[in-house]
Amino acid sequence: MNGRAPPRKGKSPYLISGGENFELRAELNSEYRDRRADAIKRVIANMTVGKDVSGLFPDVLKNMQTEDLEQKKLVYLYLMNYAKTQPELVILAVNTFVKDTADQNPLIRALAIRTMSTLRAEKILSYLGDPLSRCLRDENPYVRKTAALCVAKVYELKPELCVDYGFVDVLRDLVGDGNPMVVANAVTALSDIHEASIMAAQSAAQNPALPRDPEDEDVSSPIIPAQKFIIDSATLSKLLLALNECSEWGRIAILNALAKYQATGVEESEQICERVMPQFQHSNGAVVLGAVKVIMVHMRNVEKQELVTQMIRKMAPPLVTLISSPPEIQWVALRNINLLLQKRPDILANEMRVFFCKYNDPPYVKVEKLDVMVRLASERNVDTLLGELKEYASEVDVDFVRKAVKAIGQTAIKIESAAPKCVQVLLDLIQTRVSYVVQEGVVVIKDIFRKYPHSYEAVIPTLCSNLDELDEPEAKASLIWIIGEYAEKIENADELLGIFLDTFKEESYAVQLQTVTAIVKLFLKKPDHAQAIVQRVLQTATKDSDNPDVRDKAYVYWRLLSTDPAAAKAVVLSVRPPISLPTTTVAPAVLDELLSEISSLASVYHKPAATFIGKGRYGVDEMSKRRADFDEADTSTRKALATVVAGQKSENLLDFDTDEPSIADTSISTNTVPAGYAPSSAAIASVAAAKNPLDELMDLFSNSNLQAPTSAPTLSVTSPNQASVAAAAAASSPFDFDVFGGQGSSSASQPANKPPASQKPSEDLLGLF
Amino acid sequence: MASVVAVLDLKGKSLIQRSYRDDVSPTYIERFMPLILDMEEENVTITPCFSSEGINYMHIRHNNLYLVALSKRNSNAVEIILFLHRLCAVLTEYFKEVEEESIRDNFVIIYELLDEMMDFGYPQTTESKILQEFVNAAGNVIRSEILGAVKMKCYLSGMPELRLGLNDKVMFESTGRANRGKSVEMEDVKFHQCVRLARFENDRTISFIPPDGEFELMSYRLSTPVKPLIWVEAAVENHRGSRVEYMVKIKGQFKRRSTANNVEIYVPVPDDADSPKFRASVGTVVYAPEKSAFVWKIKQLGGAKEYLMRAHFGLPSVRSGKHFSSATYARIEISFS
Repeated sequence: MNGRAPPRKGKSPYLISGGENFELRAELNSEYRDRRADAIKRVIANMTVGKDVSGLFPDVLKNMQTEDLEQKKLVYLYLMNYAKTQPELVILAVNTFVKDTADQNPLIRALAIRTMSTLRAEKILSYLGDPLSRCLRDENPYVRKTAALCVAKVYELKPELCVDYGFVDVLRDLVGDGNPMVVANAVTALSDIHEASIMAAQSAAQNPALPRDPEDEDVSSPIIPAQKFIIDSATLSKLLLALNECSEWGRIAILNALAKYQATGVEESEQICERVMPQFQHSNGAVVLGAVKVIMVHMRNVEKQELVTQMIRKMAPPLVTLISSPPEIQWVALRNINLLLQKRPDILANEMRVFFCKYNDPPYVKVEKLDVMVRLASERNVDTLLGELKEYASEVDVDFVRKAVKAIGQTAIKIESAAPKCVQVLLDLIQTRVSYVVQEGVVVIKDIFRKYPHSYEAVIPTLCSNLDELDEPEAKASLIWIIGEYAEKIENADELLGIFLDTFKEESYAVQLQTVTAIVKLFLKKPDHAQAIVQRVLQTATKDSDNPDVRDKAYVYWRLLSTDPAAAKAVVLSVRPPISLPTTTVAPAVLDELLSEISSLASVYHKPAATFIGKGRYGVDEMSKRRADFDEADTSTRKALATVVAGQKSENLLDFDTDEPSIADTSISTNTVPAGYAPSSAAIASVAAAKNPLDELMDLFSNSNLQAPTSAPTLSVTSPNQASVAAAAAASSPFDFDVFGGQGSSSASQPANKPPASQKPSEDLLGLF
Repeated sequence: MASVVAVLDLKGKSLIQRSYRDDVSPTYIERFMPLILDMEEENVTITPCFSSEGINYMHIRHNNLYLVALSKRNSNAVEIILFLHRLCAVLTEYFKEVEEESIRDNFVIIYELLDEMMDFGYPQTTESKILQEFVNAAGNVIRSEILGAVKMKCYLSGMPELRLGLNDKVMFESTGRANRGKSVEMEDVKFHQCVRLARFENDRTISFIPPDGEFELMSYRLSTPVKPLIWVEAAVENHRGSRVEYMVKIKGQFKRRSTANNVEIYVPVPDDADSPKFRASVGTVVYAPEKSAFVWKIKQLGGAKEYLMRAHFGLPSVRSGKHFSSATYARIEISFS
């Protein structure tokens, strides 16, 4: 009772002593009413703490017929919990149920029909049809609204019953009911049925040859025509009418339905928008977001420009208000605002201050606010923003500090005119010598260099002086990349890189890859000074590294340098397009899909619903197949879906790493690509997406080996044959890819995560050579 | 849309839960806390909604409780999280403090509320004014504390040193012992002079050389909410200007074997009540006009026993407002030994 009993697990009959059960049974059958009432409470108490009291089923059932409403509710509650375990005995309750659905008291009628339709017992269901028909037409709206939802419950259990009795049609009639609560629940039920029948159709289509248990056959075999909830214009006006009268939850249901409605024309869309806009003023945040959803969907068709402007203007204040709700609501709102801004960056242009982090905001809110702040950054407000971000960077929460530093970098990349200020702020922060600030700062400055090459070289000495502070691979790799890029301007570049070469074997693969590239760049820029060091790094990387990427990359460079230094220069030192901050984090088609799902989990996760519902059954292939089969969505949606599914990180919206593959793509299309490039880039893409990258890596290697079966090259050996050049070009794509995404790109980091497994392929490879 | 709604304590144990749809097994509730702990361990920011193995967990935190909703579909996240906040607000209105104890003590009402507030996973009525039409609250504990003492009668020869161990929560935690079974958190512990206070300060051991005879070793205060040993409910029916009727129910909420002796229940009545009439199923009732109350005395109250008493008073037809207020602020008092 007080829950301090010894810990118990699920149903373990031994824990409830036989004595107690016996005692309860006696009390349940007592001749005194209050004793029985008390015993029922004790049974429910036991049920609440997880004890199995299903054995008392018949005894509890005897107490169902009572004048006491509270007792009745408790007995019903008990039945809901245990009806499944006692299918034979449930039938004993049918009489009382049916009688109660015709009781004088509407509360009892509603209670009875509500409970009866949730009992998952075939025997009860067959007695449900008539009472439910009656309750759907009950004179009392409370009973009708309850019965409306019951139809959805029954549809889930036994759709054919709904068809036989025409319940779904009754629901459609109830949409025109005089009572808004009834309308709301009718809409809710219809939408629920709609969703359920679509899901059923999909799973049926997915497993057409699903072997059925023959005993199951008679239970669920008849094919039920899909019960779709199609709104016609008559229904539309009913919904718009009920919208203003409903309870808050009813409004949400109606708004959801309106968002799914396909408007017949521009005028209708405009009408919907105009009627829905007043809902922005509702105090319930879910109503507000529901209205935003409807507007975002139907605004696509609106032609009157002034109406669009008006809607955008009116949307801002309610969204701002949501940011003063409880933190969990704020978070959901922020995730949705982030999506809205990707479509309409102008919505909250003047409201950045609202998103400033409060010291006591929970971490999940702070992170989202940072994101939104960067999205709202513009030349007008960037000074305020930088002041704020600098403040955050001196807080105590390490994670938040890092994200603030990252946000400064993103601001620099987004707004060119603000970049000098951002770099100055970053330098100030690096001079604090707080380890994690320095490391994050170095990573961020590397990205600034990738956006504005040769612009802020003055900061390089400061960065290099912090070399000893760095212990994180990403920071080290970033600094090495910077040294390699500006090797010609750093006098002691060879010394600095030598430091990393000395500890080469202990470094992580990301650092090793960058070290190899940077030293090759150094050699190409200052051939006279770096001959020795480049030989050393190539030797170490080919001989001592157990990572196939590192080893292969070194071989590629080696061959390239030995074959044609001029080509090497063209490839390695080629100018790459500057990076940019993506304005959207999801593909346009997915963005539109998510915007029409605003306030749902999909909009919160920034992933289409199909990627997270249904036990993760839907893989990438399944997804695209389903799209093709059921929905004539354009190919970009499918591609985007695949990207979303594959890119685990893609929810890290403004993370640079995630957009790197796409940059690699643009570089592929802009550069003139030698033959043999395309297949290997495809192979890399599949490596990034594949569950087990090693298989694919193996394929990749064996291909290039087939093309270039040369002996281990040295600098002295010159074998200018066509095949090896082709191989170099072919393999230059992983190299290019690494130059861009070397800091933690998926192809490099996935094998790095499994060093023991990567041992084997590299041994095989050695054999090949 | 939510399939299951549950209230969990900080350890993730479900205090009360309600299944609204069959598509999500309520056993997923047990996975909530391990998932949270995993995320904490992996340094992942814990967000109010997250998805694991096809189940979506939406939760809020209130005091020391988690309110969690589960769903398998692409539910309306704002709606469900708002609903959980409303549930909190309604429970607060009903029970003042929403915490483990008030959830456990009021499970019947909470089930009824959950039944009215959500149907098939869709929020219905969440206004407490309207809900009160469907669900009526019974009495509830506003404040409870225990003032206790450990008394000893010592017949030992010589001057042995004694040590007393208690299921003291502070000690259990400081010694890192797993908190199995009951432990109590004592506040304001006071000891007889024979107890070595330094020792207690150090490692919470009560060590002492007892004096002969009877003495009070220690006194303490417990403010941990506990189930009251004696539960009294009173229904007052006020017939304007003529009479007032009381129906008082007493229940011993302790073990069957134990009894409470000399139980006295003071029920306040208006100062100007007259002509009392009583009827009690056990014990005696007397009117104590000097205290503006009547007293129901029960020599022996057995555990798990319940008794009823009715009282009837006449009232003068002319009244001043003052009487009302004095009657409302007065509370029923119980004493027993």
